[in-house]
Amino acid sequence: MASRKGSHQSRGNGDKYSVLLPTYNERENLPLIVWLLVKYFGESGYNYEIIVIDDGSPDGTLEVAEQLQKIYGEDKILLRPRAKKLGLGTAYIHGIKHATGNYVFIMDADLSHHPKFIPEFIEKQREGGYDLVSGTRYRGDGGVYGWDLRRKLISRGANYVTQVLLRPGASDLTGSFRLYKKEVLESLVERCVSKGYVFQMEMIVRARQGNYTVGEVPISFVDRVYGESKLGGNEIVSFLKGLLTLFATT
Amino acid sequence: MTKLLEWVFGVSVIGAAWALVTFDLLNLRLPVAYKEVAWPMPVYLLVVFGCYSLATVGYRVATFNDCEEASKELQDQIKEAKEDLRKKGLKM
Repeated sequence: MASRKGSHQSRGNGDKYSVLLPTYNERENLPLIVWLLVKYFGESGYNYEIIVIDDGSPDGTLEVAEQLQKIYGEDKILLRPRAKKLGLGTAYIHGIKHATGNYVFIMDADLSHHPKFIPEFIEKQREGGYDLVSGTRYRGDGGVYGWDLRRKLISRGANYVTQVLLRPGASDLTGSFRLYKKEVLESLVERCVSKGYVFQMEMIVRARQGNYTVGEVPISFVDRVYGESKLGGNEIVSFLKGLLTLFATT
Repeated sequence: MTKLLEWVFGVSVIGAAWALVTFDLLNLRLPVAYKEVAWPMPVYLLVVFGCYSLATVGYRVATFNDCEEASKELQDQIKEAKEDLRKKGLKM
């Protein structure tokens, strides 16, 4: 591997990290998240690639992605677009197919997840040889910015109910900033049937079922769009339905 | 065993033990004190669990970290990123 500027040695032990970024209407945020990913991966010296899975965004996200590809190179920015908005699970499956890394990051493209935690995820994974490392907002110095009392109450309340019913061995089940061994992600995504928040919960529950090991890293979650995506009654009801389904079937 | 079955099993075992003592199902002729203590136990335990839950969730909401610095850092980095990308030729 080519050596880099400065005192950071290239961590050349053969590991490569593929970052899956499912996008829908992220024209504004995509360049920023890519810039941050390039910055933190570059500084840490780990080998990586970014896979953008755009679901036919009408706002031109794909065009911005193509510009980024020209700036950073086709070996670093891979485009795997789809025709229309399909589920998150299928986005991961689609993205993994062409991933050349042996580890896979999943995260949100809207800047709520900050790439500065990536080296921490990697170090945690190496420390314990974990099959998956989950970012948690509820432990250590993890936390949230931009949530009012109602939102925090719902979040902690839902998490408590989940802990009591499922006893999952992980503190943050609905979080979607995670690092997986590629074969573990492939195996889990195939088995999961839920949608939305519950999908991420099901991934961890099935990981425990399969005796995969789970590590945790505290992360900060900066919610910039909470004004638009209020957590309404519908979402709470479908969350509870999903939770009860997992309770009864796993 | 699913979590649901674990719960059903657990509740059945505890329920059986409770009924055994409260209603003296095996004619063990236990002291009256045992029955008096056992009888309200289910309600008592539910209330205790309810209070524990409220206290736990309340504590966790109160100590939920607010990441002020993370937000500020992000704002600064967004400015820096936009500048840098503009220089690299990105048209936004």
